[in-house]
Amino acid sequence: MTTQTSHRPSIRWNRVLIYALLIIAAAFYLLPVYVLVVTGMKSFQEVSLARMWDLPSGLHFDSFAKAWFGKSSEGIRGLSENFMNSVYLAVPATLLSAALGSMNGYVLAKWKFKGSNVLFPLMLFGMFIPYQSILIPLVQVLQKMHLYGSLWGLIFVHVVYGIPITTLIFRNYYAEIPNELVEAAKIDGAGILGIYRHILFPISMPGFVVVMIWQFTSIWNDFLFGVIVTSRPAVQPITVALNNMAGSYIVEWNVQMAGALLAAIPTLLIYILLGRYFMRGLLAGSLKG
Amino acid sequence: MECNMRRITWDRVISILLITPSVIAIAVFVYGFIGFTGFSSFTKWDSLSPDFTLVGWRNYQKLFQIDRFLCDLRNTVTFTVLFLIGCVVIGFLLAVLLDQRIKGEGIFRGIFLFPMAISFIVTGVAWRWLLGPGTIQTGSSGVNLLFQKVGLGFLRWGWFTDPTIWHIKPESGLGMFLQQIGLGGLASPYVGISLAMISVVIAATWQMSGYTMAMYLAGLRGIPEELREAARVDGANEFQIYRHIILPLLQPITLSAVIVLGHISLKIFDLVVSMTGPGPAFATDVPAFYMWDTTFRGNNFAEGAAIATILLVMVAVLIVPYLIYTTRTEAEL
Repeated sequence: MTTQTSHRPSIRWNRVLIYALLIIAAAFYLLPVYVLVVTGMKSFQEVSLARMWDLPSGLHFDSFAKAWFGKSSEGIRGLSENFMNSVYLAVPATLLSAALGSMNGYVLAKWKFKGSNVLFPLMLFGMFIPYQSILIPLVQVLQKMHLYGSLWGLIFVHVVYGIPITTLIFRNYYAEIPNELVEAAKIDGAGILGIYRHILFPISMPGFVVVMIWQFTSIWNDFLFGVIVTSRPAVQPITVALNNMAGSYIVEWNVQMAGALLAAIPTLLIYILLGRYFMRGLLAGSLKG
Repeated sequence: MECNMRRITWDRVISILLITPSVIAIAVFVYGFIGFTGFSSFTKWDSLSPDFTLVGWRNYQKLFQIDRFLCDLRNTVTFTVLFLIGCVVIGFLLAVLLDQRIKGEGIFRGIFLFPMAISFIVTGVAWRWLLGPGTIQTGSSGVNLLFQKVGLGFLRWGWFTDPTIWHIKPESGLGMFLQQIGLGGLASPYVGISLAMISVVIAATWQMSGYTMAMYLAGLRGIPEELREAARVDGANEFQIYRHIILPLLQPITLSAVIVLGHISLKIFDLVVSMTGPGPAFATDVPAFYMWDTTFRGNNFAEGAAIATILLVMVAVLIVPYLIYTTRTEAEL
């Protein structure tokens, strides 16, 4: 009894310390969000670097409007077109990636062939390379294919370089499904496509969700391929347009902040709504699917 | 039976057909392209029209004499070391804190991890304004202003605009000593720490430390409670339990975190583009940025190819053993 009473206060202090540390850490992670949101909501009169940390006087969406629609009289391009470009880029590229990954993963998990254990790591290497090491020929080849400078070119690039990660996630997902299921179907006379359609595909939804979230997020957030493949502002994805906006001296910083928030919203929403699946993709990236 | 056999071979053919497009794409777009880049790095291609005259190792030799590239290598080392330490230490501490049966654990986890979901470009734009030191006209801004407001004004500094490089001065006592024992090369600004890089490290750690936190937390949850109980019964205190039982068990996680984050930090590009650019006297320049700059803005394709090849080799040294190791252990299971 005595030991317990003497223990209690020290334990409670530990708890206080733990929560204090967690709250300080949370404040650090939320710091940029605070500034982005607060700045975005200020009216133009309120915006100044000296009052950066102050709360806005009310709800104003001036900065968001300017970041979204632009202002042609000041030569500022809005991000709305580029936002839509990113949608038209990320959605088809994600769907194609998922389809390819599912096919490859199925074959590599359930229809292993001689050399597939060598082929798999060789494919995976493609997701770790610095893309600088393929950019020079990539531009040449896209030009020859008449895909350079277009959204289709960018879709193509993302699908190709998405093969390793999508294959990895699906292969690990299908590897969990018992082989007996496939063997039994084979004995019943089902072929490779039938087994996929009737057995694997119906239970693939979690795999598809993980892969699609992962691909959508990485394609939406990509900058390097976007800046290399698309040079016309009208075709550029939002990350490239945002970077141009941030590098321009005529755009006020509050508009840049609002633009940054606009560019972050889609993937943030996915994260908030489907965080669990997002995590799984994340851990798959370290090959530990 | 015969029919069944034929069926199986047909399936075999279809399975190969299904995977062939991807295999060809990877063969061409990864390995073929790497080969082409490697080849280009040995040529004289320094304008828009390709010139494939071979020049041997000349592009590489030149690179290691160029001030900018040597700065880039120094910055990459600075960034990689600080970023890895930051992510591993912060990630581990947060995971340990979250593992103490916390109320609202899910909310904290969400807050620590959400930066992973956004683009490095967004991170760069936001942190550029947060760490922008301000000018004489505007006064302090961003974090500097925050320091000033809470009475920590002495902490204000130039962040990514500070060109200071911490290194051993050749004329200092240690520098003279190094020269005498033939290691004078170490007393050079190319072997040092670029202070401006710390700002980029802060932004990158903000974005990626949630990843190590998640990995460590998963690891901690995998350690059976009986193990800790047994240690407690043996009289170990909480610190000793972490030091002697939990840390050793988490070592494989640290290894994969270091490899995954290490290869990201070698490739770092987007964040530098949007946050700082090359910085004063290349204080925040990195090889990936230099490659892009010289290739696509300067048309020095051979030089760009050489930088890209060096980058690839650095990443491969880190990743290939890991890749072989993980896929092999997996195959044994």
